[in-house]
Amino acid sequence: MSRENLVVVGASLAGLRAVEAARKAGFRGAITLVGAEEHLPYDRPPLSKSFLDDRDPEPPVFRTESVLRDDLGVELSLGTPATGLDVAGKQVRVGERCLDYDALVIATGATARTLPGSQHLAGVHTVRTLDDAVAVRKALDAGARTLVVGAGFIGSEIASGARARGLDVTVVEAQATPLVRAVGEVMGSACSRLHHDNGTDLRCGVGVQRVEGDGRVERVVLSDGSVIDAELVVVGIGATPATDWLRDSGLTLDSLDNGVVCDETLCTGAEGVYAAGDVARWHNPVFERAMRLEHWTSAAEQGALAARNALDPAAATPYRTVPYFWSDVYGSRIQFVGVPASDEVRVVEGDPDRGGRIVALYREGDRLAGALTINGQNVIMKYRGLITKATSWPDALAFAEQRRAVAT
Amino acid sequence: MRITVDRNKCTGLGICESLAPDVFEINDDGELVLTAEVPDGQLDDVEAAVSGCPTEALRLEQS
Repeated sequence: MSRENLVVVGASLAGLRAVEAARKAGFRGAITLVGAEEHLPYDRPPLSKSFLDDRDPEPPVFRTESVLRDDLGVELSLGTPATGLDVAGKQVRVGERCLDYDALVIATGATARTLPGSQHLAGVHTVRTLDDAVAVRKALDAGARTLVVGAGFIGSEIASGARARGLDVTVVEAQATPLVRAVGEVMGSACSRLHHDNGTDLRCGVGVQRVEGDGRVERVVLSDGSVIDAELVVVGIGATPATDWLRDSGLTLDSLDNGVVCDETLCTGAEGVYAAGDVARWHNPVFERAMRLEHWTSAAEQGALAARNALDPAAATPYRTVPYFWSDVYGSRIQFVGVPASDEVRVVEGDPDRGGRIVALYREGDRLAGALTINGQNVIMKYRGLITKATSWPDALAFAEQRRAVAT
Repeated sequence: MRITVDRNKCTGLGICESLAPDVFEINDDGELVLTAEVPDGQLDDVEAAVSGCPTEALRLEQS
């Protein structure tokens, strides 16, 4: 069956890549790109990194409107979120409009979690959208005393950006060690050293009791009773898949996190409906398990593949990947490949107690499952290659030994 | 096909290296080194590397 109407819901990285891949694959039918925000598709990683510099950066927009409309022939529907999906009638509801599709890519991403009871105060922000980042930038420009809630990667990057301007920064983390779920205990602790080494006041094992202020945030009261004055509060406590609009669609949403459950080809089970990016929980054949990733690389790749598969389901191919993410904090680059398996974490270069360059490997059973580096750009992707090839743990350790011998 | 890199954009993330290790490598200084031409049979991998670059620093051109 030849398809005529591709609708892509979500106008961020995955949605953009879906559109571009459809045209690259030769699709000549109509494409509608639906975005909740007014902005043209833009890149998110810079929002918590270079966009916060004290220079005057351009918004990281991917393509001009003319490239999208004229070169790619995309109808842009920006500024209104999709509110419903009818898989039997093959329609997406967007405001007052109903869009017909015969191929659909769901790429609505994730929404930043907020701190209950704080959203009414000016100066309290999450960093997910361009508008968020513009507001945070403005507060940093004004020299705001900054408090970051959550020592995850986004929170750490904000803290780093504020410190780069010489501002006082406190980071409050509810867990005893930051980043445990992302990279495990040992390396979570190593990453948190960077805060101490760069003059950020990191407080772990404390929560936020309440955020106080008269219309605008003035101080934060912590669960241990301490009070911290702040003019800017950035909340970085994770994100949840933006799938509320799919609640009555009949699509299967994950019982724990509401991600859209897909098979290994990113198909949701409904005819012609595929998902990509932060919303998609799919079966990754490389690790033989269901995963949902909030990473740039998987969003880009899934977006492209979901479109190709939606347009030609008979030839659909699985999405196989070794997850990858990076973070830039205090002039150091943290990179992680694979999964943070906990059978064993072996530091093969550097010393987590001393800082500097570190390379750590993660074992699952008898195979190499993950690798983390701090300032290890020259080796991290070699480990990604080894993980892709299901390299055994002894072989991975031998490789690490060989690298170390070369380096010294 | 020829591969070019915009050094103003490349930050040495290295995704290209993981997709086409015969063509790209991040050296000990954290900088990208690459072959000028696409080796035979590796066009798909190099195309994946070009579109996989988060800073859009890579380009493929007819040589």
